[in-house]
Amino acid sequence: MTLHRTFCALATAAALSIATAPAFAAETPQPPRQAWSFSGPFGKYDQAQLQRGFKVYKEVCSSCHAMSLVSFRNLAEPGGLGYSAGQAQAIATGYQIKDGPNDSGDMFERPGRLADRFPSPFPNDNAARAANGGTVPPDFSVLAKARTYERGFPTFVFDIFTQYQEQGPDYIHALLMGYEEAPQGFALPEGAHYNKYFPGHAIAMPPPISDGQVTYEDGSPETIDQYGKDISAFMMWAAEPHMIQRKRLGLQVMLFLLLLTGLLYFTKKKVWSSVEGHA
Amino acid sequence: MSGHSTYQPQSAFMKWMESRLPIGGLIHSSFVAYPTPRNLNYWWTFGGILSFMLAVQIVTGIVLAMHYTPHETLAFNSVETIMRDVNYGWLLRYLHSNGASMFFIAVYIHMFRGMYYGSYKAPREVLWILGVILYLLMMATGFLGYTLPWGQMSFWGATVITNFFSAFPGIGEPLVTWLWGGYAVGNPTLNRFFSLHYLLPFVIAGVVVLHVWALHVVGQNNPTGIEPKGDRDTVPFTPYATLKDSFFIAAFCLMFAWFVFYTPNYLGHADNYIPANPAVTPQHIVPEWYYLPFYAILRAIPNKLLGVLALFGSIIILAFLPWLDTSKVRSARYRPLYRQFFWVFFAVCIGLGWLGAKPAEGGYVLAARVLTTYYFAHFIIILPLLGIFEKTKPLPNSISESVLKEGVPIGAPAPAPSPAAKV
Repeated sequence: MTLHRTFCALATAAALSIATAPAFAAETPQPPRQAWSFSGPFGKYDQAQLQRGFKVYKEVCSSCHAMSLVSFRNLAEPGGLGYSAGQAQAIATGYQIKDGPNDSGDMFERPGRLADRFPSPFPNDNAARAANGGTVPPDFSVLAKARTYERGFPTFVFDIFTQYQEQGPDYIHALLMGYEEAPQGFALPEGAHYNKYFPGHAIAMPPPISDGQVTYEDGSPETIDQYGKDISAFMMWAAEPHMIQRKRLGLQVMLFLLLLTGLLYFTKKKVWSSVEGHA
Repeated sequence: MSGHSTYQPQSAFMKWMESRLPIGGLIHSSFVAYPTPRNLNYWWTFGGILSFMLAVQIVTGIVLAMHYTPHETLAFNSVETIMRDVNYGWLLRYLHSNGASMFFIAVYIHMFRGMYYGSYKAPREVLWILGVILYLLMMATGFLGYTLPWGQMSFWGATVITNFFSAFPGIGEPLVTWLWGGYAVGNPTLNRFFSLHYLLPFVIAGVVVLHVWALHVVGQNNPTGIEPKGDRDTVPFTPYATLKDSFFIAAFCLMFAWFVFYTPNYLGHADNYIPANPAVTPQHIVPEWYYLPFYAILRAIPNKLLGVLALFGSIIILAFLPWLDTSKVRSARYRPLYRQFFWVFFAVCIGLGWLGAKPAEGGYVLAARVLTTYYFAHFIIILPLLGIFEKTKPLPNSISESVLKEGVPIGAPAPAPSPAAKV
């Protein structure tokens, strides 16, 4: 029965793991894994990295990509970029927000406030589509959780135990690094660009960033590789702003449950010891 | 079943109450004095775990519903508002979404335990059938709930599943239109799915009451599969079963918490973080992991109507299990052949689950056909024949004899001789 139980446990684990289903074409190479400060049970966002990523977003990505679910006040929330409320207010003031209608019924523009969300680059999807060759640039708010790649068997089983869940940031970083010449014989549709990591390889987005395009003040390398890491980390924060709080609470809950389980086990053992034939 | 003691109300209030509404006595006889076989192993704790999970789902669900908006243009963002702006909203939502998976892990273990030890056999047929009804209700509730975040998988999963009903000749199309409240999955669909998702858990709770009632009429099965013969074979529910259940519920919560706090999106699908878009079909539409074996059965059959019938048949057939299994012996412990076929069947279910996540092409379809055939053969051919041809092992005379002779009940480390304590 012990053997059966082991088998059963393994099989249950396998059944569980089937959840991660194939999302992308098989011939696409797997994005290389990056070292993220926020991975693992004790992971934390790197404030400097998030601030650099935000700079990349602000100066480059935000000209096409919206981030409509993130507010300026989020920039000052604990566990994130580490800005003070004053700094976040200053950032908000730098944006013009469409508001209204006012008392005379007109829409007007005013400087941003902490409660405002990031303004979108296009007034609606059709405008975004028209300006981008027929494709709407995806919103950044939860994009880091909306992208993945197939892990394959048996890796996806191990992922439960290693807590690997950074497929999204790994993929986004790889995508930014993955622009290259289309191989001989590859029929690239007009207006598309060849990307090694994009499913189907024909991506509408032109290479969005080049070396040296964004100036870093903290001396970090101004390379696509570094930009890719920073924007991916920032997007992970945008998608999961409470991750650090979650992992910290998780540790407390796990320790409590371990203690409770242990105490219940010994209580149960003690009570059952009076039953003949039970230890 | 005879109890170990009868209820004696202690306080004046409970005495007054007992002569008017004997709820104290009911609780006492159901959860305190209720005699439970002394040899139950930890596989028997999953009933308690399921009750616990139902409570978790209802409590988190009620609070989530206070913040959720069931509208096609607002649903996705209202879930994100819960994740971002509601105090501990991320915790509520991850508890609820992972809780559904934990619920299904527990129910599958509970069902396989019932199959291994023959818990469906007379006189427990009604108990088992109520369990099958509960499982069906759970599947419906889980499906409806997965639609609510209104992501791509929500939308397309709902489209695929509701389209099953269009397979029925004649009534199919009007039936699906009626279900949708329109000519495609849309806002009316989301509204009614939310309404039903809120309703069904309380239906489940009601059937759970019937399930527990039926259980308390016929008594629990046990690893030997023979009935308790008096107080020597049983222990009172409290403190023995309550403590054992509590211990395992806490252990189960460790796994639950691991998923909630550390890998909360592992059991979900990344595509469901993309807002629903009727104009874009995801490359692979995959249901939640707990439906995958049935999804594989559906796709294994080339004809749509037959596929849908096979899908429903694969669940309905469970209700007939008490009569398909012709063996007089309950527990697989004393059925050497059934034991092997049980594990083959178990492996087939896992295999079907794996195939359900794979694209329906090439070798995967062939494998799904073979395993689907075996799935049904297990019920229709193997089980009826085994009862006739299998040579079973001799049964012990009583539960206490089996415990004391074999020495090591499952889940206990070692037998320790101690003075017989009659409780």
